Amino acid sequence: MHQILAKQTLSPNVTRLDVHAPRIAQIRQAGQFVIVHRAENSERIPLTIADSNPETGAVTLVIQAVGKSTNELVALNVGDSIRDVAGPLGHPTEMISSGHALCIGGGVGTAVVHPIAQGLQQNGVRVTSVIGGRSKEWVIFENELKRYGNVVVCTDDGSYGRKGFVTDAAKEILTNEKVDIVYAVGPVPMMRAVANLTRGFGVHTIVSLNPVMIDGTGMCGGCRVSLGNEIKFACVDGPEFDGHKVNFDELQDRLGTYREFEEKSLACDAENCRLEKQLSQKS
Amino acid sequence: MSARISTKQRMQITRQAMPEQDAAARAANFLEVNLGLPERLALLEADRCLQCKDPRCMNGCPVGVNIPKFLDLLTAGKLAEAAQSLLCDNALPAVTGRVCPQETQCEAVCVRAAKGLPVGVGYLERYVADWAREHRDQLPQVKPQPTGKKVAIVGSGPAGLTAAGELAKLGHDVTIYEALHKAGGVLVYGIPEFRLPKKIVAQEVERLQEAGVKIECNVVIGRTYTIPELQKNFDAIFIANGAGLPVFMNVPGENFKGVYSANEYLTRINLMAAYDFPRSDTPVLNGQRVAVVGGGNVAMDAVRTAKRLGATEAMIVYRRTHDELPARAEEVHHAEQEGIEFEFLTAPIEVIGNDKRWVTGMKCQKMKLGEPDSSGRRRPEVIPGSEFVLDCDVVVVAIGTKSNPLLTATCPDLKLNKWGNIVADENGATSLPGVFAGGDIVRGAATVILAMGDGKKSAQAMDKYLATLAK
Repeated sequence: MHQILAKQTLSPNVTRLDVHAPRIAQIRQAGQFVIVHRAENSERIPLTIADSNPETGAVTLVIQAVGKSTNELVALNVGDSIRDVAGPLGHPTEMISSGHALCIGGGVGTAVVHPIAQGLQQNGVRVTSVIGGRSKEWVIFENELKRYGNVVVCTDDGSYGRKGFVTDAAKEILTNEKVDIVYAVGPVPMMRAVANLTRGFGVHTIVSLNPVMIDGTGMCGGCRVSLGNEIKFACVDGPEFDGHKVNFDELQDRLGTYREFEEKSLACDAENCRLEKQLSQKS
Repeated sequence: MSARISTKQRMQITRQAMPEQDAAARAANFLEVNLGLPERLALLEADRCLQCKDPRCMNGCPVGVNIPKFLDLLTAGKLAEAAQSLLCDNALPAVTGRVCPQETQCEAVCVRAAKGLPVGVGYLERYVADWAREHRDQLPQVKPQPTGKKVAIVGSGPAGLTAAGELAKLGHDVTIYEALHKAGGVLVYGIPEFRLPKKIVAQEVERLQEAGVKIECNVVIGRTYTIPELQKNFDAIFIANGAGLPVFMNVPGENFKGVYSANEYLTRINLMAAYDFPRSDTPVLNGQRVAVVGGGNVAMDAVRTAKRLGATEAMIVYRRTHDELPARAEEVHHAEQEGIEFEFLTAPIEVIGNDKRWVTGMKCQKMKLGEPDSSGRRRPEVIPGSEFVLDCDVVVVAIGTKSNPLLTATCPDLKLNKWGNIVADENGATSLPGVFAGGDIVRGAATVILAMGDGKKSAQAMDKYLATLAK
């Protein structure tokens, strides 16, 4: 069992949980993820590690409540426990050791950019972060990212920072400055837009993918993604890939496989189903 | 051997049939198909054993169960002793009594098979093992003298559990590391409830834990710890992390929604209980026409599962014929009884989807059997111009697995073959001293019992190795 050590609401549906997982906290590297299985009947879901504290054994997970599993996770409070946390999984981020990196985070993906920016800065790389959200309250990890370099904030409605998408700000930077590598983490349409933008500038671009996954160890193949003609498993070959090769249309499509089920699953949260579940667990 | 019954009388007894759940009823539920022999039939069946002086059945068993001995004890009414004898040879008899391909092993070489049907060794193993599960208090708990030697086992599947049981019996301090959240490996994620109830696996695991085996779940060797890290803390290591990555057909359309690897399909349903959705949170697409590609045990498990999830048509698509199916005979027979359809001599060349990228069918071509290939099976050859579309809404690919690089990539000194499987000798010894390996990570995809045989042999070799180490 893994206790929740701290909890913080970052934006209307984004929550930060610090979960006790000492071994993972000690050895995790930027870009790696964990598989979280809240309770006996829960799904196993992949969550990228945003930060960790080897001294307290805390692993920081930033969770956007979108479906039943994520809603149940963010409903946990300090002192509650998660049944299973496995990891750290996936390859660590491919880092550069000098030059200028542009780190782009959209929504909850900004949390995943955090350890990447941290690692780059430690390597002596100049880091510029561009982060975005729908409006001011959806912008997260701004202060954390400021520790590692300049941060440009964009909001769709202009309520904070620049008005517009992260790609607009990124385009300006790519036009005016020498950028050696781009890291982009966020919703699929954002990563696709960034990849399309940077292709024109010929700048190597790494994206972090979050497809449907069960075991996270290569066993199920559910997380397969197409890179050109090659099939890769995000769990063992990724989760970070060359953004210029990823078939984003297919990724987006496969992410929708269980949309209909998600609605049923949420509906099952109704009181009668909750009771039924409790009864079935007792028997 | 008792003089209670003569050989002639034994010869006169015909093989007892395994009582089964009605085929139509069971095709709609996940309860076990085989119900187990009742006492009277079990004793009759056990009396069919001729108690050969030189029993061939034992040589046919990958873990070397002393079959005549436990059957003799059974017929003498000494169930506790029969169980003890069986458990001494086989760490997981309630499992093997259900999933072993007896027809190619012990029963294939039974002297009675020469003239009629062999002794139902599998049925009787199950009978005695189930008695043992229900009468654990009647079995003596032997506490071995601790040796002070620490052993790590990677993977809690059949190979790992068997090795753990053997090593614990010898007094070693055993820790199993399991990547998933539940122990059992393929026994819990792969083999369906109707063939091997999860409760039985859980009880076998508990029995090992009572014998002192420690199990740590959610530890992925190659990620959470590496083999070199384990070497610092353990005197010996047994790697049994299983088959690994699913192989896909490598045809167009394979990433449409509705195409699963058998591993994913079965894991969703078995480990994650997707059949119980939405009470369980993990969903699975329950197709109306499900096509399972492949002819092995995993394919049979997947197609029979699809039927139970409500598919109106659940079919096996196999490029050879009935006679070449690698699956256990009983599974094929059960599948046929349950109304599974078989598309033989058929090979998919493309998965077809609609404009929303949902699977609607598979373009296939018909095959014919040519000359035998290196495996001795007749090679399927394409019949030109025979292409046709097989309508289906879910495709499950069950054509095998390849080695998982997670562990081996973080242990560069471990010698691998060209397919990435660990190279091990007949005792499981690898290129690294004190590191042994067995099961599918060595063999490629094989069976539960072969993995258990590896676990047992490796445990014995590890015991010898540990004895050479200074205290």
